[in-house]
Amino acid sequence: MRGRSYVAFVFCPAVPILDWLEEIDATLARSPGFFVGKPVVLDLSAVDLSQAAIAHLIENLEQRNIRILGIEGVDAARLTSNMPPLLTGGRACVLAVNEPKKVESKPKTTSLLLDGQVRSGQSVVFPDGDVTVVGSVASGAEIVAGGSIHVYGTLRGRAMAGVNGNSAARIYCQKIEAELLAIDGYFKTAEEIDAISCDRPAQVWLEGDIVQITPLN
Amino acid sequence: MAKVLVVTSGKGGVGKTTSTAALGATLAQMGEKVVVVDFDVGLRNLDLILGAERRVVFDFINVVQGIANLSQALIRDKRVENLWLLPASQTRDKDALTEEGVAKVIGELRTKFDWILCDSPAGIERGAMLAMRYADEAVIVTNPEISSVRDSDRIIGMLDSKTVRAEQGERVEKHLLITRFDTARAARGEMLSIEDILDILATPLLGIIPESQDVLRASNVGSPVTLNDATSAPARAYIDAARRLTGETVAMMVPSARKGLMDRLLGRRAA
Repeated sequence: MRGRSYVAFVFCPAVPILDWLEEIDATLARSPGFFVGKPVVLDLSAVDLSQAAIAHLIENLEQRNIRILGIEGVDAARLTSNMPPLLTGGRACVLAVNEPKKVESKPKTTSLLLDGQVRSGQSVVFPDGDVTVVGSVASGAEIVAGGSIHVYGTLRGRAMAGVNGNSAARIYCQKIEAELLAIDGYFKTAEEIDAISCDRPAQVWLEGDIVQITPLN
Repeated sequence: MAKVLVVTSGKGGVGKTTSTAALGATLAQMGEKVVVVDFDVGLRNLDLILGAERRVVFDFINVVQGIANLSQALIRDKRVENLWLLPASQTRDKDALTEEGVAKVIGELRTKFDWILCDSPAGIERGAMLAMRYADEAVIVTNPEISSVRDSDRIIGMLDSKTVRAEQGERVEKHLLITRFDTARAARGEMLSIEDILDILATPLLGIIPESQDVLRASNVGSPVTLNDATSAPARAYIDAARRLTGETVAMMVPSARKGLMDRLLGRRAA
């Protein structure tokens, strides 16, 4: 003779049984297959059920794909021969529940750093947020950003900020010699910028539907 | 170790071929074993500048296609014994160049020479791309005018992205060579200043070659400007640039438009 012990789930139905079954349903809805392949024992000590009621409960659980290994906490006379056997001597133990681990999703990057010059012919498109350029943006280059654009050199190319309809986006640069400045679709071309011609740090922002250029500090 | 250096610019007519010939000849005179490779298939010129046009039998394309081997196509210069030319084909076009073929030829040249100077065609298409593809270093030739500077900027962007080195995460060492610099016009503000060019391109300066009739005179007789008259202003500037390429520190002479008293009295233009 050899013995082996298994850890089993113990169901403790409570009245009203219908509400209790709904709870089981809710668990199954969250994680279908939660009880698949796991031994389940029915503890009926908290309720007083007739033989017919016990049979009905077992049937209900089987409909949910939960098979009962054994029953405890009930008088043997209430069980029929085609019901799971009566169990005694169960000991309580702690179950390590393997909750499915939450996938730790990195927060989406909301800025793009370009460490150097952006050369003529290069096009940088970053619809997810701000673009920072540590260097100059050459004539013939373009930066397209969903958020603001920061240029720590001279902006000689095209800069388009807030392309996804973000009218609060701005363009900052050390020096403006831009070919085109745009925020949320409103733009100024080089000709219009020249009239203002800033030879010092400046910011570009949207006031209503007018692109404004004002010096910083 | 062999160095592959591409001479490129984006824009045409700025002095790529003149510079390739002058730098190549000077490096060879300094004792380095040099080959200059003409990538301008269909519009070759380097053979003319080196005075080797009547000695071309096989060319770069023949070698790429396996019709000739490298030693048959290489032409040794008659004046400088360390200088060789791999001429381009005049009858074909740039499509005859394949990436594998160029890789094979460059690989073979690396085993034979100290310096491989690739004279790039103008533009940013196949010929120019393949000329820079395997480069370790680049000389970007720029004239002091805005269109040339912008094209150079574009080429620098490509050197940083389209070369084998860039794709492996390494850098192509870049040098800026400003050519056809006219001191008098710069003084009058008719050209971009050196400072403006360096500000826009943000690339270390290799040299400033003054605009001079000596360049045209030398190419007319099929000679690199440094061999034709080594004492001329452009020749001296090229020699200094070549020395900087080898790692020497040479003080940068910015051609100045300031005239001495005698010049002013005589109304002479400073060279």
